[in-house]
Amino acid sequence: MSDAAATSQSTPRDALLVASDGVPLKVKLAKTTAAARRRAFLLTLPLVLFVLISFVFPIGEMLVRSFHNPVGGNVVPAFAESIAKWDGKGLPSEEVFEVFVKDLARARKVRDVGKTVGNLATRVNYEIPGSRSLITKSARKVGKIKNPPYKDALLAIDKRWSNPHVWLVLQRATTDYTLSFYLAALDRRYDKTNNIVQADELYRIYIPILLKTLWLSALITFLCFMLAYPVAYLLSTLPLRTSNLLMILVLLPFWTSLLVRTTAWIAMLQTQGVLNDVFVSLRLIGNEDRIQLIYNQTGTIIAMVHILLPFMILPLYSVMKTIPPSYMRAARSMGASQTYAFIRIYFPQTLPGIAAGTLLVFILAIGYYITPALVGGNDGLLISNLIADHIKSTLNWSLGAALGSILLVIVLMLYWLYNRLVGIDNLKFG
Amino acid sequence: MKFTKSLAITALGLGTALAATATTATVANAKACGKAGELTIVSWGGAYTKSQVEAYHKPFLKDCAGAKIKSQDYSGGIAEIKAQVEGKKVSWDIVDVELSDAIRACDEGLLETIDHAKLPKGDNGAVATDDFLKGTLYDCAVANIVWSTIFAYDTTKIKGDVPKTMADFFDLKKWPGKRGMRKGAKVNLEFALMADGVAAKDVYKALETKAGLDRAFKKLDTIKSSVVWWTAGAQPPQLLADGEVLMTTAYNGRIFNAVAGEGKPFAIVWDGQIWDLDLWVIPKGGPNKDLAMDFLKYSTGTKPLAAQASYISYGPARKSSSSLVGKYHNKDIDMGPQMPTAPNNLKNAVQSNFSFWADNADQLKERFNAWLAKG
Amino acid sequence: MKLSSRMKSPAFAALCVASVAFGFFTGSVLGTIGFFLAFGAPYFLMTELPPYASIAERIGQYVFLMICTMIFLFLITPILVIMPLSFNAEPYFTFTDGMLSFDSSAYSLRWYQDIFNFGMTDPDGTGSAWWQDMWNNSVWIGAFRNSFFIAIMATLLATGFGTLAALGLSRSEMPFRTLITSLLISPMIVPLVITATGMFFFYAKKDFFPFFPDGLVNTYVGLILAHATLGIPFVIITVTATLTGFDQSLIRASQGLGANGWTTFRKVIMPLILPGMISGALFAFITSLDEVVAVIFLADVDQRTIPRQMFSGIREQISPTILAVATVLVLFSIVLLSTVELLRRRTERLRGLSPG
Repeated sequence: MSDAAATSQSTPRDALLVASDGVPLKVKLAKTTAAARRRAFLLTLPLVLFVLISFVFPIGEMLVRSFHNPVGGNVVPAFAESIAKWDGKGLPSEEVFEVFVKDLARARKVRDVGKTVGNLATRVNYEIPGSRSLITKSARKVGKIKNPPYKDALLAIDKRWSNPHVWLVLQRATTDYTLSFYLAALDRRYDKTNNIVQADELYRIYIPILLKTLWLSALITFLCFMLAYPVAYLLSTLPLRTSNLLMILVLLPFWTSLLVRTTAWIAMLQTQGVLNDVFVSLRLIGNEDRIQLIYNQTGTIIAMVHILLPFMILPLYSVMKTIPPSYMRAARSMGASQTYAFIRIYFPQTLPGIAAGTLLVFILAIGYYITPALVGGNDGLLISNLIADHIKSTLNWSLGAALGSILLVIVLMLYWLYNRLVGIDNLKFG
Repeated sequence: MKFTKSLAITALGLGTALAATATTATVANAKACGKAGELTIVSWGGAYTKSQVEAYHKPFLKDCAGAKIKSQDYSGGIAEIKAQVEGKKVSWDIVDVELSDAIRACDEGLLETIDHAKLPKGDNGAVATDDFLKGTLYDCAVANIVWSTIFAYDTTKIKGDVPKTMADFFDLKKWPGKRGMRKGAKVNLEFALMADGVAAKDVYKALETKAGLDRAFKKLDTIKSSVVWWTAGAQPPQLLADGEVLMTTAYNGRIFNAVAGEGKPFAIVWDGQIWDLDLWVIPKGGPNKDLAMDFLKYSTGTKPLAAQASYISYGPARKSSSSLVGKYHNKDIDMGPQMPTAPNNLKNAVQSNFSFWADNADQLKERFNAWLAKG
Repeated sequence: MKLSSRMKSPAFAALCVASVAFGFFTGSVLGTIGFFLAFGAPYFLMTELPPYASIAERIGQYVFLMICTMIFLFLITPILVIMPLSFNAEPYFTFTDGMLSFDSSAYSLRWYQDIFNFGMTDPDGTGSAWWQDMWNNSVWIGAFRNSFFIAIMATLLATGFGTLAALGLSRSEMPFRTLITSLLISPMIVPLVITATGMFFFYAKKDFFPFFPDGLVNTYVGLILAHATLGIPFVIITVTATLTGFDQSLIRASQGLGANGWTTFRKVIMPLILPGMISGALFAFITSLDEVVAVIFLADVDQRTIPRQMFSGIREQISPTILAVATVLVLFSIVLLSTVELLRRRTERLRGLSPG
């Protein structure tokens, strides 16, 4: 802006520079720049479109699924409309009961995927455990109710229908948009009067696991840092030929399949594995009290530190390589001790590398799935494992999506921080 | 009730008289299928799938020219069926599932319904609905076997004073060492209650209450630090063999096959066993629906079910098969006493309650995971 | 385990001997190297300290080097250990007494044979029937075929689109550069579980993808798309890196001399960015080859890849066959790594950046 202002001040309007075809140079330049910008953008366009379809839209779809769950409305549409108007006090009116009975009897005959009574029962069962059988059982019997009063007839099938809580949940389960799954993902739920409360302590799982994931990731990042710093320092100070050779020891694990490395750690760490055998043969431990090193948190930490270590070494190394050794020598020659010179002169210069390495390792660690799934055992599971479990096994897709969205927000915040502190352009490999 | 019973008796009485009819039926069965095609049959793998290949697949292929079978392993659950049916790309033609999964998948419209009237009669002439054990036929599923979760130990590691009851499994003082258990709430809560002194018949009544649940988890707490959790049926025999655990819960057939087939020194403790059904289901909209139905009918006939029981110790779901159960296919072992349904094994046993698990699986999974994560 | 007739042929016997020798070699060398490295390496690596360094500093440096050696051992040992273990004659994951005393009967190729045999209808067959059976039915061979097919297709896609985009991104005129770069790099940052979950939902959409009315889940196309997406960040990063020192005036010079866009690309840009493209492609390739989460979410058994097969193997019935496959994969990574290293050095040499 200030450039433009300066130009317009120094050049009188009537003395504009023009190109050979009489177009003012400024316009021409703007045109060429615009064309160049367009060309540059067009080069990226195919990939941007590709990534939109293959990556951005899918993630958007996941976000939508976390609060959009139309199952209830799909199964009993008429009832959904009718109960939406209910004020939530006492029991719904006889008309609502009538619509419910008729809609349920009709839905009972539907065998289309996603529109069966079983789908509704599953949805309601998330909020009132034990209500699946209430709905499936009643659905089998409501066909026989032909005459009013419908309310009494339904209550005669199962007296749980007289519980207003069931109807509150049905009202919520038949709206297309709901926050129930976010509440569940945060170990919260609606109580009997639609207030948000914490889940019973025995059933709280997601927040503790999320916190544990963050804590374990921080620990793993710290361990990686402690191990990577000396190695990166050594590599950066050795003559290039030697350091290139040693670099292979860092790069080979980096290039080796994740599954291979996880397998390797199982072979190393299991109770009948290499490490325990070594301990036993060195008589450090008896054959009977072999140490449980895997299928628990310890195993997850060891394997993940190994897998993520190169991601810490490489950025540190690339920063340390650029620090001239003369700075340290100067400090020493002026009387600073080795330690003092290191803390005041060397360490601060490596901060960009530390930021890059720690953020990268931390971001990768909190999303880890495979290694904890294979060596995590009882207490080494992370949030990703719970997400995968809901998608692939319990089939509570909305809850999986809600958990995924929460994790995504955390990662994106860290990514933004990385961009601010390090700059995405500075990411390099090898 | 009385009426049904008398019907059954009549059917039994008529059995001999109808033998001739039954033979005709077998002849008509010579060509077991109407159409050719390649079936993908999905089951639990290992010794179990092998028994099915021997007892069902091979004879079926002999009787059904033009059919091919691709056998595939999975480790339970309906996620894959759901993904395939919803994605309209059904590649699994027939799947062996647990009862609670069969019920849920059926409720959600993921399965073809099965007309019980079209199932073959028993070899004794009894119509299918009478011949199958009570509670083994469902709208979308036909049971093939009765299996059981039991616990087992290595007889070379535990000698003399051996564990005899479910309570012994939880007794770390007398038998210190690791225990293997299936990762999940199902089965383990029942085991814990029985070990804590709840009578088999009262287990689910107790689990319906908060106090009962707390009691079960409290009992599990006592061995938690010693448990190695397994997820696939093939793991427990391996855990025992590798010495990773001293005792482990397991599917009875897997342990039996490790003993009979591989000569492993394992012993089964039947006290507190939890028996359950495995059923055939046909995912909706598969390309070989008719052939899959032919296979289902064929494999749940009297003879194949009985034959299956000579390869692995799972009980056939038909009454008419029980009397045909003989010896292990290549060894002199009577299969009868190895079955979960053998009277001696049923002294203190529970049938897994599918409706309890259908209602409570979700929340108990959360509680179990929370319990597990507490380290 | 009975060796099939194929395994008795002289060629195979030779291979067998060679492999057992390899097992001996790695086994014995490993121990020696470990010992030497832990105590000897520090001497080897010690650099000349300035004359004013005190005794304490010298000891300090020795300790420092020893720590570094331990860390290097931590990095490399697990990968080296699985190689000799894969020749174990017993189904164990540890060195048996026989292996440690170099008893040749303690080593065998049975797990390598198992890679072929597992899933075959008749592993004892002969001739072309055996080969056909192996090619069509062996579970691991099928997984190798799937893995390579998917990885090659995904790499082509990622490298093609990625290089184009990197060319755009490295131009100074590029609008919204940071935003678009962040977007294109994000598949590497966003946890795989999230990406895979989203794809699992979105790729299942009906009547959305041309030619695939039933969606892309359980198809090769879905997996290729997913893997290409995951490989893109690596291509962008490596190609942009080669372009950072790129003199844009070369393009203008070429245009000034009358070359059109394509000729300029082919004759001027391409030779300069080729090493970057190849290493980017190799990164994308190995990413796809190693990827398992998307496969778990998006693939059917027909599209099973090596890591997927390893995953269920480890989970359900762990056997040393997995170590044998792992060893093959490690050798493969060594080849890829060497290629990338050679390329990197070539680039640096061309630019006069390093003598290496």
